[in-house]
Amino acid sequence: MATAVDHVVTIGCSAGGTEALRQLFQQRSVPSHVAVIVVLHVGTTSPDVLLDFLRAITKCPVAEASSQEPVRGGHIYFAPPGYHLLVSPGGEFELNVDDPVNYSRPSIDVLFETAAEAFREKVVGVVLTGANHDGAAGAAKILSRGGQVLIQSPEEAAHPQMPRAAMEATRIARGYPLHELSALLERKGLLEKSH
Amino acid sequence: MTGSVEDVQLKRLTEMVLATYSYDFRGYAKASLKRRINTAITQLGEPGFDEFFRRVAEDPAFFSRVLQYLTVSTTEMFRDPWFYAAFRREVVPFLRTYPSFRIWIAGCSTGEEFYSYAIILEEEGLLDRATIYATDLNQENLKRVERGVYSMERAKLYSENYLKTGGSSSLSDFYHADYDGIIMDQRLKRNAVFADHCLITDNVFTEAQYVSCRNVLIYFEKPQQDRALRLFRDSLSPRGFLGLGTKENLRFSEAAADFEAVPNTPSIYRKRY
Repeated sequence: MATAVDHVVTIGCSAGGTEALRQLFQQRSVPSHVAVIVVLHVGTTSPDVLLDFLRAITKCPVAEASSQEPVRGGHIYFAPPGYHLLVSPGGEFELNVDDPVNYSRPSIDVLFETAAEAFREKVVGVVLTGANHDGAAGAAKILSRGGQVLIQSPEEAAHPQMPRAAMEATRIARGYPLHELSALLERKGLLEKSH
Repeated sequence: MTGSVEDVQLKRLTEMVLATYSYDFRGYAKASLKRRINTAITQLGEPGFDEFFRRVAEDPAFFSRVLQYLTVSTTEMFRDPWFYAAFRREVVPFLRTYPSFRIWIAGCSTGEEFYSYAIILEEEGLLDRATIYATDLNQENLKRVERGVYSMERAKLYSENYLKTGGSSSLSDFYHADYDGIIMDQRLKRNAVFADHCLITDNVFTEAQYVSCRNVLIYFEKPQQDRALRLFRDSLSPRGFLGLGTKENLRFSEAAADFEAVPNTPSIYRKRY
C-alpha cells in the first residue's frame, strides 16, 4: 500500500443522499489519517452545487477524485458524475466509463469492491438512503475483506431500499439513525468535530 | 460480481496474453482491468480463474471473445455535447485554414466518436478536405466502425446531444433507420482510414492537425499515458489541437510543457510551437 492512510470511509448514497450527507458532515471534518470517498447517484442536483455545499459545512478539502491521484487522508472525495470511481491496488484513484452497474455510473458497488480489495480491513463502508440496491454487494465484499460496514436505519432513511438491501446482503441486523452514525464515526476516530 | 481476480493472477494473465497473442495489457489501470476480467469470467461462463486462464491460453477464438471485454468501451455519439460545441468553436476555424488536413481518432472503439466528428465536418463543409484516421487495437471494433450500425434506442439521446453541439440540421439527416437500428450515412466514411493501432506498442504514423483520444487514457497507468501523449505530441503539427475526455488532463504528465490548455474548453489542448 503506497499511502499512509489508516482508514478509508467509503460512503454510498442515492435518492435523499444530499440531505443525509449534510447531516453526517455538519460541523465535522475528516482527520488527517482518514480518507472519505463518496459515491452519490446524482439525479438533478448539479455536482458543483453539491461540492460547494459540502465545502461550506466542513473544513476539510472536498474534491472530485481524479484519475491516478493517490487517496490521501483528510480529504472528502467524490465520484465525478458519469464515471465509475475505483481504487487501484496501489491506492490510487481510477476512473472509467464502463457500463453502468445497477443502472448507475458511478456505482457504489464498484467503489466499495475495489476499495475493499485495495485497503481491505482499513475500509469502513457506509450505506445511506437510496431507492435501489447499489452498494449491497459491495458492502458484503468489504466485510469479506475484513472491513466494517455501517448502515443507516431504513426506518429513518428518506428511501429505505438501499439500506435494507445492504442489511440483507451483509446480514447486519442493526442500522443507525444519522446522528448516531456520525457520533459512532467520531468515536471510531473517523470523523472529528470542527470548530 | 462473484469472482475476484487477485493481483498475482492478473500479472500471470497479462504476461501470458502478451507472450501468446502480443497484446500488452500490463500497463492498463489495474482496478478497471480486474473488473473487466471478472466480468468476462462470469459472462463467458467459466467456473473460475484457473479454467479461464487455461482456455485463454489454449483457444485463440476464446481469447478474441475475451478481447471484446477487455477493450470495448461503450460510448455515445456527441458524448459531452459541450465538448463538441467547443470543438466547433475552437478547432474547426483552425482546420479551415488548411487546404487539406488530417485528424487522428485514437482508440475509436465502436465508432460513435468517429461519426460525431464526420458529421460536424460535413456540416462545416470540411469533410472533403479531411482525412480521418480512426484507429483501435481491436479489429472487431474497426469492423463495427465500418458497419456504422447503432441501436435505435440510443438515437434519441444522440439527436439531443447533436443539437446541443450547435448542429444546424437534424441528426436523422445522417442516418437511416432499419430493423437492425440506425445505419450511418456511408458517405461519412468517404475520407476515413480505419487502422489497427496500439497506443502502448505502436508508433506515430502520420502528421495530424487534430488528435482526439477521449476516455482512453483513463484506462492506462502513468507510463503508458505518458507514452501515448508523446505520440500525440509528435504526431501533431505546430499549433495542432488535442481533445481528451472531460476528466482527463495533462496536469501530471510529462507532455504538459508541450501543450497549453485552450481556455473555456473542457479538456482541449493546443500544441506549442
